[in-house]
Order: sequence, then C-alpha cells, then structure tokens
Amino acid sequence: MSEPTTRDRVFWGAGIVVVIAYALIPVAWIVSLSLKPASEITNGKFFPKNPTFDNFSAIKDDPQFPSALRNSLIIALISTVLAVALATLAAYAIVRLDFPGKTLIMSGALAIAMFPPVAIIGPLFNMWRSLHLFDTWFGLIIPYMTFTLPMAIWTLSAFFREIPWDLDKAARVDGATPFQAFRKVIAPLAAPGMFTSAILVFIFAWNDFLFATALTSTNKARTVPAAITFFTGASQFDFPYGQIAAASVVVTIPIIVMVLIFQRRIVAGLTSGAVKG
Amino acid sequence: MTATTAAPAKQPPEPDPEAKAMGKKGLSARARSERKLGWMLCAPAVFVMLLVTAYPIGYAFWLSLQRYDLRFPDDHKFVGFKNYGAVLGNSLWWQDLTNTLVITFFSVIVELVLGFALAFVMHRVIFGRSIVRSSILVPYGIITVVAAFTWRFAFDPTTGFVNGLLGTDRSWFTEQWSSYFVIIFTEVWKTTPFMSLLLLAGFTLVPQDVVDAARVDGATTPQRLRTIIIPLMKPAILVAVLFRTLDAFRIFDTVYVQTRGAQNTETVSIIGYQTLISRLNLGLGSAVSVLIFGCVLIIAFLFVKGFGTSLAQQRGETP
Repeated sequence: MSEPTTRDRVFWGAGIVVVIAYALIPVAWIVSLSLKPASEITNGKFFPKNPTFDNFSAIKDDPQFPSALRNSLIIALISTVLAVALATLAAYAIVRLDFPGKTLIMSGALAIAMFPPVAIIGPLFNMWRSLHLFDTWFGLIIPYMTFTLPMAIWTLSAFFREIPWDLDKAARVDGATPFQAFRKVIAPLAAPGMFTSAILVFIFAWNDFLFATALTSTNKARTVPAAITFFTGASQFDFPYGQIAAASVVVTIPIIVMVLIFQRRIVAGLTSGAVKG
Repeated sequence: MTATTAAPAKQPPEPDPEAKAMGKKGLSARARSERKLGWMLCAPAVFVMLLVTAYPIGYAFWLSLQRYDLRFPDDHKFVGFKNYGAVLGNSLWWQDLTNTLVITFFSVIVELVLGFALAFVMHRVIFGRSIVRSSILVPYGIITVVAAFTWRFAFDPTTGFVNGLLGTDRSWFTEQWSSYFVIIFTEVWKTTPFMSLLLLAGFTLVPQDVVDAARVDGATTPQRLRTIIIPLMKPAILVAVLFRTLDAFRIFDTVYVQTRGAQNTETVSIIGYQTLISRLNLGLGSAVSVLIFGCVLIIAFLFVKGFGTSLAQQRGETP
C-alpha cells in the first residue's frame, strides 16, 4: 500500500480514539467511583473531587471479600492447569494420531461449547450435595474445567497443526535422546498454544457467576463475582456502591494486566478457532 | 527420514499402504497401537465432558419427571410429564421466553453491526494496531458481573453520570423498555469485542488483491462491501452469529445484577435458577432446565438447517 495521506491518518486516528473511549470509559468510571468518598458517591459527577482509598480499606476488612479473592485465584488457576493438561493430551492425539472417533470428539466438544450451563445446575447441586462437593473448590473446578475443555481442545488443535512435528525426528537423528528432542524442540513450539488456551480458560473461570452462586454457600469456596453481589451496606438503606466499585477494580486489574501483556496471544487464540475451525 | 518432514502434519506418520488395502480387519499392529494411544489420550477429556454435561442433563430429565421439592423431601414421587404441563401452562414461562428472545435478538443484531465496524478498523488500521486490540480486549476480559454493576451505577439516577450527560432525570430501572435498554447496552458493550475478533478472522479470508482490483475498476466502498467482502465473509459471520445467539440466549449475570428480573425483564435462565436454587424445587426447576436445553437445540438446529451449507463450507476448509 502507498504511504498513508494526512486524510487517512486523521480518519484512522479518529477511529482509534473512538475504540479506546468505547473500551476504557466504563473502566475509568468504575475506578473513579471506587475513589469517591461516601459524601460524593451520589453527586452524579464522573470524577471524584477528593479521592480517597476508604472503599479499598473497607473491602480489605470485609468479612468475605479477601477469602473470595483467594478462592477465585486458586480455583481459576487449578481449573486452568487441569483443562490445559487434559486438552493438550486430546489435541495431540487428534492432530498427530489416526483413530476413529476424532471427528466425533471435535463436534461433541463444539456441542458442549453451546451447552446452556443453567440446564445442569440443578442436577449438579443435588449431585454435589451427596458427593460432598457442594461449597468446595473442586465443586467449581470440575464444571469450569468441563466448560473450557472444548475451547482449549479447539485452540490447541489449531496451534498444534502448525507445528512441524518431524523436527523432533530430525533432532533424534542428530543424536538427541527422545526426551531432549521433546524438551528442546517440541515443547518450545507447543508452549505458545498452551499458553494462549491457558489465558482463555483462566478468563472463563475468573468470570463465571452462575456456578459460583449456585454451587457455593459460604466463604469456603465462594468466588469474587458471587461475593460482590452479596455485599451488604452498613444498613439496609445504605447500598455499598463504593465497596462494590472497589472490589470491581481489584478483580479487574489482573485482567487488564493480562490483556496488556498477552494481547497478541489472546487475539491469536480467539481468531484461530474461527479460521482454522 | 528427511523425506517425511514435508508430509502434512495431520497425516499419521508413515501410513502403511498395505494395511489400508487390507481394510479394517487386517490393521497392522502399529495402526492398532496408534488407535489405542489416541483413545487413551482423549479418554480423560471425553470422560470429564460426558460426566459434567451428558450425565447431568440425563439426570435433569429424570428429576423433571418427579415431584421433588427439597423443602418437602417426603413428598417425593414420580409424576410423569406433569411438571412440563405446569411450566408450559404458566404464562410466566412464555413471558420469560419472550424477554430472552427480545434481549438475544437486539443484542446480536447491534453486536453484529458494531462488531463488523470494529473488525474493519482492526483489519485496516494503518497505525496503533496493538493499542486498538489491547483496548477492545478489556471489555472481553472484564467479569460480566463487574460490567453489569458498572453500567447499573452509570445509569442509576442517584450515582450515575448518564442522566447528567443526557440532561434527563430518568429512573432507568423502573420501566420495562428502559431496563431492557440498559441490559442490552451492557451485553453489547461486553461482547462486541468477541464478535469483532471472530469477524476479524473472517476478514483475513478476503483476499486483498480482489478488493483492490474492484477499487481499481471503480467500485465504491459500499459496493465492495456488499458484493465482495460480505459474501466472502458469510461463513465467518454465520459462525459468529450462531455462537453469540446461543450465548446471549443463556443471559443470566447481567439481568441478575441489574434488575433481578424486575420490571418484567426476567429471562429463562433466571427463572431456572430461581426455581432450582432459591426455591429448591428440583422437579419443576429441572423441567425448566430441560426446556431451556431444548430451546438451545432448536436454535442450533434452525441455524444449521438454514445455513448448513455455508457452515459446512467453513468447516470443510481445514478438517
């Protein structure tokens, strides 16, 4: 393409500003709400006049938020590790091995990606009560792992198809042991795909509200999205706007950091399934 | 050894022509062990997926045939399809189904248009590409509950800035249409980025030289969009719309946070949740669950039937 003209620059510059405003104005809004002192919460202004961290110290001392944050982190991390591990085995087999039933597995996974979670919360609620999984970390990890496996299998298969697998044979001919060939040649090539699916799984588990509110009842396993909706103010007439905003900011930070660092990988992950599908 | 390097990765290593000719019965030991390994590697994932989706949906069907309320555990018996009669005979179910369909329809339409524009910006932008992509991933990554609270507080007449901006003093959550508006607005804000990334993948299917040739021949931008870009992107558009429609149909978080179903904005997921978890009526709630599952099947079926060939084309490109 030829050098962009000034008119092009202005046009695309305006487009970029619109996109950034679209994405970030709500974030700026919740941040400024979280910094407002109680006296300014209802003044309807976008920015706080006298910013304070009172709301953040309030949620630090909240009876449920710190444990919810811990539950969220641990549950999302364990779900991520398990889902990526199982999906890697399956995607490797689907890409590399010839066996009947792989189309069935891929389309079954696609069907599960469209499955409505609300259709199984009743049975899971009842099953988890009798299996003593209700209100435990694993009671949430199991559904998160399940509902992210399809996405992880599809993304990983798309990535694995691009790997020149025969390189490891070449390395072995050159005298590498099978383990060395795997560690030095294949693992570095497979890592980006696994990493990308890990980010997508983590975002799903971090985001879920339905299972988190249906399958937990106490601080033992309740995660942040559920805990936020259960915040109560000092009295029933005192709705905890500021604390909800502060908690929202705290749980949004890890996501924004991840998005800024891994932007390229997330885009690759979300678009790979669609094109390669 | 070097000769195999050129072979496409998805083919089994060194396919044995003799074994293929012999057919199923005479599989070589090597092919048989490959099959076994393939099944073994997939088994854990398949087992987990079946255990947490297929088994519970079967169990939900079984529960839906019973009178089973956890608050009255002694009154537990098989009632056949009575629960379905109770749900389908109740106008609340039909009202909630209508609400869900209205929210789904308007969200997906607006997202498609906005997502297409966003994908176009991302595809064609000549500088600042990474800042655009990072920005649009923020709504995608944000927790739905947080997005719902953010917009609820923004529209709230006591805390929000929206009324000041528009110069009104409307109470958005006291009427049905304005509650609908805020819910759909939130959904659109949160999920348009996802839609646009799926469409961006579609843009890469459009060969740039074809578009350039049309421009040289004097086609205007709308003409190029209508006659070249959109037809070539049709498979990607259909996949994106199908995914988002099914996703929007199960809307729960936003409605729960913003109205909890008040002002007649209750959706099918909310009624299912309320019956099962708040009222602990497993029999009736499971009937709702099974009906929601049925609706999802019908939507998926209509899409595949209506646009099946395009979807198959898309799938067929790289099996």
